[in-house]
Amino acid sequence: MLKKRDDFEDILEERRNSSDLRYALKCYTPVLYKQLTPCTASDLKNMVLCSTQVHFVIAQVSKETGAAPEEVQAEASSILEEMAHRLQLGPIRFFAFVLCKVFKTLFRSVCVNEEGIQRLQQSIHEHPVVLLPSHRSYMDFLLMSYILYTYDLALPVIAAGMDFMGMKILGEMLRMSGAFFIRRSFGGDKLYWAVFSEYVRTMLKTGFAPVEFFLEGTRSRTSKSLTPKLGLLNIVMEPFLKGEVFDVALVPVSISYERILEESLYARELLGVPKPKESTSGLFKARKVLSENYGSIHVYFGQPVSVRSLAEGRVQRGQFNLIPRHIPRRPSEDVQGFVNDSAYQLLRAQEENMVLKPWVLLSSLLLRGGGMMMEELSEGAVWLRELCRQYGAFLHWPETRFNFKQSPDALTLNTGAQKGAGLTAEEELLSQAVIILSCASYRNQALHVFVRPALLATALQAAGSAHKQDVFNTFNFLRNMFANEFILCPGAAVQDFEEACFLLMKTGVVLMEQEEVLVTENGHRTITFLTSILDPFLQGYQVVCRFLCEASTESLTEAQFVPAVRTFIVRLLLSGLSFKHFSCFQTHSHCVCVCVCVCVCCRATKIL
Amino acid sequence: CVICGNAWRHEVMKWNGWGYSDSRFLFNKKGQAEFTGKRYKLSGMILPALKDWFEGTFGASLQHKSPATPLLNTSAVQAPTLNQDFVEELKSIGVPFSHEAEDRAFRGHGHCLHEIFALREGKIGRVPDMVVWPNCHNDVEKIVALACKHNVCLIPYGGGTSVSSALECPPEETRSIVSLDTSQMNRILWIDEKNLTAHVEAGIIGQDLERLLNESGYCTGHEPDSMEFSSLGGWVSTRASGMKKNIYGNIEDLVVHIKMVTPQGVIEKSCQGPRMSTGPDIHHFILGSEGTLGVVTEVTMKIRPVPEYQKYGSVVFPNFEQGVACLREVAKQRCAPASIRLMDNEQFMFGHALKPQVSSIFTSFLDGLKKFYITKFKGFDPSRLCVATLLFEGNREKVLQHEKQVYDIAAKFGGLAAGEDNGQRGYMLTFVIAYLRDLGMDYYVIAESFETSVPWDRVLDVCRNVKARVVRECKDKGVQFSPLSSCRVTQTYDAGACVYFYFAFNYRGLSDPVHVYEQVEHAAREEILANGGSLSHHHGVGKLRKEWMRETVSEVGVGMLQSVKDYVDPKNIFGNRNLL
Repeated sequence: MLKKRDDFEDILEERRNSSDLRYALKCYTPVLYKQLTPCTASDLKNMVLCSTQVHFVIAQVSKETGAAPEEVQAEASSILEEMAHRLQLGPIRFFAFVLCKVFKTLFRSVCVNEEGIQRLQQSIHEHPVVLLPSHRSYMDFLLMSYILYTYDLALPVIAAGMDFMGMKILGEMLRMSGAFFIRRSFGGDKLYWAVFSEYVRTMLKTGFAPVEFFLEGTRSRTSKSLTPKLGLLNIVMEPFLKGEVFDVALVPVSISYERILEESLYARELLGVPKPKESTSGLFKARKVLSENYGSIHVYFGQPVSVRSLAEGRVQRGQFNLIPRHIPRRPSEDVQGFVNDSAYQLLRAQEENMVLKPWVLLSSLLLRGGGMMMEELSEGAVWLRELCRQYGAFLHWPETRFNFKQSPDALTLNTGAQKGAGLTAEEELLSQAVIILSCASYRNQALHVFVRPALLATALQAAGSAHKQDVFNTFNFLRNMFANEFILCPGAAVQDFEEACFLLMKTGVVLMEQEEVLVTENGHRTITFLTSILDPFLQGYQVVCRFLCEASTESLTEAQFVPAVRTFIVRLLLSGLSFKHFSCFQTHSHCVCVCVCVCVCCRATKIL
Repeated sequence: CVICGNAWRHEVMKWNGWGYSDSRFLFNKKGQAEFTGKRYKLSGMILPALKDWFEGTFGASLQHKSPATPLLNTSAVQAPTLNQDFVEELKSIGVPFSHEAEDRAFRGHGHCLHEIFALREGKIGRVPDMVVWPNCHNDVEKIVALACKHNVCLIPYGGGTSVSSALECPPEETRSIVSLDTSQMNRILWIDEKNLTAHVEAGIIGQDLERLLNESGYCTGHEPDSMEFSSLGGWVSTRASGMKKNIYGNIEDLVVHIKMVTPQGVIEKSCQGPRMSTGPDIHHFILGSEGTLGVVTEVTMKIRPVPEYQKYGSVVFPNFEQGVACLREVAKQRCAPASIRLMDNEQFMFGHALKPQVSSIFTSFLDGLKKFYITKFKGFDPSRLCVATLLFEGNREKVLQHEKQVYDIAAKFGGLAAGEDNGQRGYMLTFVIAYLRDLGMDYYVIAESFETSVPWDRVLDVCRNVKARVVRECKDKGVQFSPLSSCRVTQTYDAGACVYFYFAFNYRGLSDPVHVYEQVEHAAREEILANGGSLSHHHGVGKLRKEWMRETVSEVGVGMLQSVKDYVDPKNIFGNRNLL
């Protein structure tokens, strides 16, 4: 299970020793795609507007709405105008300069695996490339571009949410550094979809620049990967499936922050304080974060994944032979399934290369509740580190003997929130919750390491029988229930079960005897730990169920549901529930998609 | 006649390679390439650039030779399984036959790489047990009747240029296999100048047909690249296509009447009307039947007066994309010359390597000037540019007019006229390229070509992806040297084009090069089909590609063909097992 991983190189080190200005003005000559059709950002727009795809939809829309084709054409043109980037080197250099300064103040180090960079360079030369970074912070895409600029790689074009465009000046600057803006929702707008998808495809096919977007669609507020959004992945895979390019390389990038800039913001958001609107002045006000220490960042460029090899034997590419390829069609079932599976595979690749810092393990231990002696914690950490290693986690552990005084940042940040007296009981509660939630978001970074064994451990306890089939059934039930909570590839229940069994057997926690799964003498500690990992989530789901049974009499809309659950929990906590239940806040908010949550709950209630 | 029949072939043609025995490429003592013999324009010439190109492209070296077995070892040929009753009756009807090892081995293969490779190694698989040489339609009728009577398997043999494993004897066949060689049925029976048709025996070889017709001032205009060796019957049974189909049409457009002998009797139409609405055209059961239904014996073909004027031409494009766009436009305006072909950059380079030694300083100066003009003055990137070769035919005035029209279109796509010589050399290469494969095989390089047809909007995609797939597969399969992977667009149609691929690699270090090559070719075909290309434009299916027939023509389609086979040949006398 021990994976070979590349070494890291700190790119800030050089910046601390040489001129930032010279760096920003350095000679920049990236390696380009070998079949690149050279074109400018405005050529791209023309290509999109002249494409048969867009023409077809324009004709269609004009026929359906009765609007003159010229009008629709003009609309398409303005959509593109709103969306398109204007990638230029000047603003990039400006950003490079500013970001140097900012990064040096905020972070101790920015570590990058250089072998990954080399692989990426190779891929950019060979095939159109799609960059798929994890999304934990607004910092992500600036950081990505910064790193690529530093290593003299082709700068990406980035799919960004429309929210950024609202930011004066900055929005335009982002545009000039390669961001293009897409509306968050455009459900039935055929024209928008046509222009948008053609724009992305054109950039990919011509090899204009690597296309970068976030599989998770939005920043994960809880440091745990969100289930993938498939729209853009569908778009970037299409040129391969339709034979327009030989291959597309998908590069998962794992960005691990020691401490996320938006940390406390996220916790408050989870507790119901709305997310502040993105604005330049807001950003300016937020400059106070500059005075804090956010530790180090690890960026791991994963192994490029070839869409061609993913699709081998999965998708019948001949299905596009009989209808002109420019006519938009809903993806066939096998294509949908394929894209979905690929998305999960890529997210897992992202998770696997996330770097875990000591504090992540400590939080996992601390959140089990109750008090803890320093020695006990220290011993637990060492034990857990070993367990993590055996489960294949990517740990970054200080070389000297672990000492709490050496990693004060994380601890201080948490004490920071504890101040403030003279508050009402509810406010008191909330401020405590913020701490717990921040802590939980650290623990969540390690979830992908434990989730399969934890599901098995919980299943072992809940199954009421040691028979392998019964355990599997319970495992499968839990797995289905948490399908939207963790990154569990759909349809891979058997593989996941076997993986979990393998890990637990390897670590001597369980034994397999004639179709029976038995917990060993020494295994109880691990089992207890693993079930404690899943516990908060189970409790959270229980509370939501309880809410549905007890409190909610009339039907609620989606928008009303989350706040209602939130108030319900606050009431429960105030009426004297134990400390442990703080984590319910996180869990209920975890059910990001309310419908899914409801659906899961319905399923759960039906069965219980 | 037995003697003359087989003596003719053995004396002038190679038994384990392409074409005439006296014509071959070799590297002489000075290490320069030359082409021997007197038959071709290139014959006797030195090709100074070929060695560097060859070594550079394949990583091959003149030191590393992989020579062929020089002589056929007749003891390696299995003893024939004869059906004595059949043989006796055959003797009584007086049709010449042979069961000599050479005659049989010669007719047991086509020109696929794996077939030639095995021969060069002296390996002979299952070959026909006997060869018969009917002299006319009536002879064929008698032979087929005898075969049915004695349950003997018949495999018709024309020019032997198949590249679809169509001539391979099915190893599972237990009956006596008789190769029916049509080479003696090679007469033009009559020419009808009122209707411009000629009635010809199907065994005639392409170049003989053209030569004989030329003597009367006519031609068929059907010129497949193999026309030096392939036969009329072969064209009909594989749905052949000729280089000049833009003027004369493909074989299906050229035939007016076909006579075929089947186990059920003779099939033919009752008249020579130019078009009929009498249900599905029975010719289309015959065209492309690949010897599974019977023997084509006589064909009435359209003929045309020999054109008054012929002119070659060529156009250089800055890149392949522009070249394809130009061909598309030419097809759209329906003004394609007799032939228009677009070579990619790799083939352009290859063509350059085959330039003969220049005779004077002046020509070499001119060449240098041209090169300077194109690359420096016009800014074409030598590693991207590509060239189209053109052939115009007709009366002089119209040809010149036509030429202007085509060059004007080319200019819109950045094309520059590049002279008649380049054009002519392009077409000459077509005939010598097959000889080059034998040269490669002397030095550890194996090569093959394959073709497809594809709609216009997918031409570039198919070219790019198939070429890249070949490169990737070679790498994955452990080929140590980078392969040559190249293509050209050889025919244009209203709705698409025919694309030809060439691939070659140095197989040093591979234990089973033929297997690797077969895997690569298989993958390339899968790639073609996945990208919307057809299974074959004109080579046919044979046994090499029949695994894809079902997906190509649908379950019902295969059933239809099968039911025709079941009716026409219930005992599977024509048992070469092609197609289905």
